[in-house]
Amino acid sequence: MKITLKVWRQRNKSTKGQFKTYQLNHVSADMSFLEMFDVLNEDLIQKGEEPVAFDHDCREGICGACSMYINGRPHGPQQTTTCQLHMRTFKDGETITVEPWRANAFPVVKDLVVDRSAFDRIQQAGGYVSINTGGVPDANVIPIPKKIADEAFDAAACIGCGACVAACKNASAMLFTSAKISQLALLPQGKAERKERAERMVAQMDSEGFGACTNTGACEAECPKGISLTNIARMNREYFVASLSSYEIQLKGGD
Amino acid sequence: MKLDSKIPEGPLAEKWTKHKFNLKLVNPANKRKYDIIVVGTGLAGASAAATLGELGYNVKAFCFQDSPRRAHSIAAQGGINAAKNYQNDGDSVYRLFYDTIKGGDYRAREGNVYRLAEVSVNIIDQCVAQGVPFAREYGGLLANRSFGGAQVSRTFYARGQTGQQLLLGAYSALNRQIANGKVKMYSRTEMLDLVLVDGKARGIITRDLVTGNIESHSAHAVLLCTGGYGNVFFLSTNAKGSNVTASWRAHKKGALFGNPCYTQIHPTCIPVSGDHQSKLTLMSESLRNDGRVWVPKVARPGLKAKDAAAIPESERDYFLERRYPSFGNLVPRDVASRNAKNMCDEGRGVGATGLAVFLDFSDAIKRDGRSTIEAKYGNLFDMYQQITGDNPYESPMMIYPAVHYTMGGLWVDYNLMTTVPGLYALGEANFSDHGANRLGASALMQGLADGYFVIPYTIGDYLAGMPTEKISTDRPEFKEAMDRVKGTIDKLLTVKGKKSVDQFHKELGHTMWEYCGMARNDAGLRKAKTKIQEIKKEFWSNVNVLGGNNELNQELEKAMRVADFIELGELMVDDALNRSESAGGHFREESQTPDGEAQRKDDEYAYVAAWEFKGEGQQEVLHKEELRFENVKLTQRSYK
Repeated sequence: MKITLKVWRQRNKSTKGQFKTYQLNHVSADMSFLEMFDVLNEDLIQKGEEPVAFDHDCREGICGACSMYINGRPHGPQQTTTCQLHMRTFKDGETITVEPWRANAFPVVKDLVVDRSAFDRIQQAGGYVSINTGGVPDANVIPIPKKIADEAFDAAACIGCGACVAACKNASAMLFTSAKISQLALLPQGKAERKERAERMVAQMDSEGFGACTNTGACEAECPKGISLTNIARMNREYFVASLSSYEIQLKGGD
Repeated sequence: MKLDSKIPEGPLAEKWTKHKFNLKLVNPANKRKYDIIVVGTGLAGASAAATLGELGYNVKAFCFQDSPRRAHSIAAQGGINAAKNYQNDGDSVYRLFYDTIKGGDYRAREGNVYRLAEVSVNIIDQCVAQGVPFAREYGGLLANRSFGGAQVSRTFYARGQTGQQLLLGAYSALNRQIANGKVKMYSRTEMLDLVLVDGKARGIITRDLVTGNIESHSAHAVLLCTGGYGNVFFLSTNAKGSNVTASWRAHKKGALFGNPCYTQIHPTCIPVSGDHQSKLTLMSESLRNDGRVWVPKVARPGLKAKDAAAIPESERDYFLERRYPSFGNLVPRDVASRNAKNMCDEGRGVGATGLAVFLDFSDAIKRDGRSTIEAKYGNLFDMYQQITGDNPYESPMMIYPAVHYTMGGLWVDYNLMTTVPGLYALGEANFSDHGANRLGASALMQGLADGYFVIPYTIGDYLAGMPTEKISTDRPEFKEAMDRVKGTIDKLLTVKGKKSVDQFHKELGHTMWEYCGMARNDAGLRKAKTKIQEIKKEFWSNVNVLGGNNELNQELEKAMRVADFIELGELMVDDALNRSESAGGHFREESQTPDGEAQRKDDEYAYVAAWEFKGEGQQEVLHKEELRFENVKLTQRSYK
């Protein structure tokens, strides 16, 4: 296949970027999208041009590192990660435009690489159960209905790639944040801290500069792991309940 | 050098309990005076960093990925073993111990493996308490499945994403400690050297991958949780960034490298499709619970998956079921891989390249219905279809073995300490528990055992005897290491040769796979050694690394990793040459039983081979740790 690529090149955070056009003449339909970029980079190196920087690691669709915005859609035309997208999805002779994730909270590091550390900080704000190693009960002490466990799993399947943010016109991180809040709100293990968790994670999300949710559903449509919009509804409910009866507020009135 | 494994005396089942009691403790007020560096944030690293932070130590954690959550443990699919015996099918700590030591072809330490089996039950409890959504039965209790090399169902799982869920659990515990200020996290930061002061590990040199800054970090102890080195083969199931650099630099600073030739070739991976291939994708071993492996009885070159249904039952050879009636498709990985290779060597392989065998679910779908199979393996089937374009519900999968895991790694004693005082290695980075072959669902178990339940005890014993004073990074030892790192970077950037880093990596990988892969022999290994030396020489005179140091430079990162892989490759070959027996994943063609199984030579090779670095270009020196078996009888491993 012959493919024309328009790729965003940007030296670093503080310089301006621009599109550059490259021509590839020997693309195999069996290549993954990233393997096509490997070929492009080998070509560039042979020509003495600097290769395109892009994030990738497992190339199995699970680590969440890859992050290209392809023809106006995060991870391209299919609901999958970029590493699992294969060239057979494209037509011979096609022009493909590739950009980094676009969001204020995800500044560009170089070319197609962005800084997603805001996601880590949201998790650090409360995406855990406060238990130490050891001294926990036997795993089968608390039965969890299969339906609940399955639903928690569906939320837990988030890979933290950021496609939801890139897809959203408001660059909202509600789908990402709600997935963790949902998982832990559904499971008995997470119930003890569900209120502070919802409050803290939402507060952190807001402070990182992500936008608000206007229910367009683009995040769900583009999520490679099929994380459901229901999680956002659940997060809103959790947040609302928490703000009515916040644990912090009760503490102030208590001892 | 005398290698002391420090395995405690006494009956097998009491060793760990007794040892824990004998270990020195650091009192809670003193813990905050000790700094610990943890490199790598996979299952071993994240669990260790979180747990040590909880105990009160000051932890600095490092990963080269943009987030600790992306460490390659995330990609583990099938499950994690634990001797819970929830299924009432005869499992016990002793049985898990026995299966693991037998599965490793009697090349691991009894004491270590027993401890692993013992703490396996705590791991499941811990993960469930964190909110890890393991698969459950309708009654609400945990579900199990069976895995290769075992006849009981002891594998806990979370669909085909067990590694992801376990890692996110450990990552959440790590996040809690970051929020508490007990762990300082350095992402996109790569360790490039180890710093020794007075013979003890006291710090590391790192490179900030975004700015290129070379930095020094000092501590009272250093933990390497940096995974395996399967990428020495270029094509493997490892992540693209997985590398041996941290371990290798530590090796060059005095840490002995144990059993480098023990490589696991996983039987069920998606076959290579062309020269552009950048990595291989695993299809979980759990698929062998329901999938049947076969090739045509008579060679059918180029047979496609969609034409497989037309081959009548009588013309199919279900070779694993035929050769191993009691374990069938669930034989251990080394056995399954070797048999698939043999079929292809006989010319009975399928697909365009002839380097594939079928993994067929049609009987399982007929028996259990499509929806049951979908519930168990849906995501794997989707992934297969995404990559190959074939639908495994309608035609069989095609699979072929691929490099997956390395049992070798830094030599450690029972406390997980390397031969460098204060330097520890955890998880896949150490050599310890899997012998010559790792059973499925045991890697996650070992990573978490080391991080959650072993190191928090054993590190105290070392720190308790150490002064609490911090060490300055202005010391000459740090400066010298930093200069060396900068020197290497400058050298790589100034070669300005004609070949890209990937070209060298592919050449190395091809050589390793050809001569030091699934089958090895003396002549081939000698050829490989010469070839690798040539690759090394050409690399340093003809590699082309564009760009500079003071920026994000992925080619430079790769170049440093490949330089270390080349040196490691030579050591793997040396080790494979030395071990002229077959054991587990290490198959020497000169040493096989009449029916082609791996033939050990216990009189000569029942030892751990630990290699000592002697200087650039020098032959490494072999040290032997004899393996003593007091509880199991060494027999020819049989799964028939």
